[in-house]
Amino acid sequence: MSCDEKVDCGRRRLLVATATAGGVAGVAAAVPFVASMLPSERAKAAGAPVEVDISKLAPGQMMTVEWRGKPVWIINRTKEMLDAMTKIGDQLADPKSDKNMQPEYAKNATRSIKPEILVAVGICTHLGCSPTDKFKTGAESGVDPNWPGGFICPCHGSTFDLAGRVYKSKPAPDNLEIPPHMYLGDAKLIIGEDKKA
Amino acid sequence: MSKVNAILQGTLNWVDERFPLTSNWKAHLSEYYAPKNFNFWYFFGSLAMLVLVIQIVTGIFLTMHFKPDASLNASGVPVAFASVEYIMRDVSWGWLIRYMHSTGASAFFVVVYLHMFRGLLYGSYRKPRELIWLFGIGIFLCLMGEAFFGYLLPWGQMSFWGAQVIVNLFSAIPVIGPDLSIWLRGDYVVGDATLNRFFAFHVIAMPLVLLGLVGAHIIALHEVGSNNPDGVEIKKKKDANGIPLDGIPFHPYYTVKDIVGVVVFLFVFSIIVFFMPEGGGYFLEYNNFDPADPLKTPPHIAPVWYFTPYYSLLRAVTYPLLGIDAKFWGVVAMGAGTLIFAFLPWLDRSPVKSIRYRGPITKWLLSIWIVGFIPGAPVAQLLSVYYFLFFLTMPIWSSLDRCKPEPDRVTMK
Repeated sequence: MSCDEKVDCGRRRLLVATATAGGVAGVAAAVPFVASMLPSERAKAAGAPVEVDISKLAPGQMMTVEWRGKPVWIINRTKEMLDAMTKIGDQLADPKSDKNMQPEYAKNATRSIKPEILVAVGICTHLGCSPTDKFKTGAESGVDPNWPGGFICPCHGSTFDLAGRVYKSKPAPDNLEIPPHMYLGDAKLIIGEDKKA
Repeated sequence: MSKVNAILQGTLNWVDERFPLTSNWKAHLSEYYAPKNFNFWYFFGSLAMLVLVIQIVTGIFLTMHFKPDASLNASGVPVAFASVEYIMRDVSWGWLIRYMHSTGASAFFVVVYLHMFRGLLYGSYRKPRELIWLFGIGIFLCLMGEAFFGYLLPWGQMSFWGAQVIVNLFSAIPVIGPDLSIWLRGDYVVGDATLNRFFAFHVIAMPLVLLGLVGAHIIALHEVGSNNPDGVEIKKKKDANGIPLDGIPFHPYYTVKDIVGVVVFLFVFSIIVFFMPEGGGYFLEYNNFDPADPLKTPPHIAPVWYFTPYYSLLRAVTYPLLGIDAKFWGVVAMGAGTLIFAFLPWLDRSPVKSIRYRGPITKWLLSIWIVGFIPGAPVAQLLSVYYFLFFLTMPIWSSLDRCKPEPDRVTMK
């Protein structure tokens, strides 16, 4: 800043300093307002694990439970379903579950602890819709004559197989999330907690 | 009688000494000279103002009965959803006020899209009206926000899943995305916190910004003067008193003309409000008559009609680029598709403003561009690319076009 005869440099410096201090205070005053929009303590606390009894879940059936406000699917896959899954690896974006969308103990061919029981968060990794189950195979499914059974997202058409693995060239980037879970007994499952915790 | 006049004149003088009433009346109405050749396309600015008033008035009365609460009532229905049903069934004339508000939302986009298209046709964004155009873009963005926030409030299935998708768009932004979308929702999922804040945005934050921008839009317009279907400046030819030769006072000429537009608009508006408020599922989507269910997305989900062009841009990108997900680029395409309008004043290099004097290149390219907006138009991905190429190559084709000479003064076709 150049100081000529008309400008009192001392006063100008004071003005700049005051305006800067005022600006900093103004920005600081925004912090509580911005922070007030974060999840509240109550929202953070509401995330308790859910206990589920899967004794009545027959092969080929699916049930949905709510965990942290999200749908969690539990599917009892039949042998045919599991066999069909092994043949489509080349059509999937991440067939070996390399991306970190599941706990270590679910990083396997079926993405599950017990091969037949899949536990997955039923929220599409694209924009958060809940995909619709299309368990019927082939032309009967209305998806594709070669459809081996799986899920299709009503919002933007992403497709997933029966292990929640996403097909290639679909808007969803990742496989469905597998939540932390463990078995308390043969037919009792707890979602939101595992042995590591 | 003269005594009454004297008292009235005295009162007016008293006010004028304290507040610029008469001078503002003159500057913006009785001595604001608008081109005399306005046509049908010039109804939509004033109609947008009318719809704004309808939305504010009906909105105020709806807030008297609406409850932004996602918890379940004794019958197991979300309180917000139930309060909308209460407005429809139990509040006296509540159905009318709500249908006016829901129809008004669609009507707002109809008149604003036509108003923007008018600007495209006649080059109304060109120098010296760049700021009017930019304020207008601001109004359009605000309106989209207002519509989106308001759409969550009835807490139906489409409300919930629509908000879920749009808030998740932000999570596609690398690094800060996931935290940003949690901050926007106020929770890890769309829930009560989201509903409450969207209510605050919808009824106070957005309307305040909107009103400020509308004020700025009109002040800027009245500073430089209106464009017209010929795209020639009426201020270049003035009479001895400095009044544009082709200008007529806004009041009474255009106030009266606009009343005709208002009457026709209200005919159509009333037919929809009274006989087809759902608009065949386009104005009120049928899925939204079911309360929000966080565990189940409806099998057929689609945005309200006025968002479909942006939704197609979002869906058009299906492959990753530069190591970032396709999801992010879909969001970028959608945002860029909206914001690209802001650059029009600098992209258009044509020597003339109005479509009347522009050449075949402009007319063809513009016509194809409009085809892209037809719902369910084939080759959506190709049309999305075209949408952007239309703008990005505009500096080239707009200057190459064979334009006809502009007239000196406005014409009365």
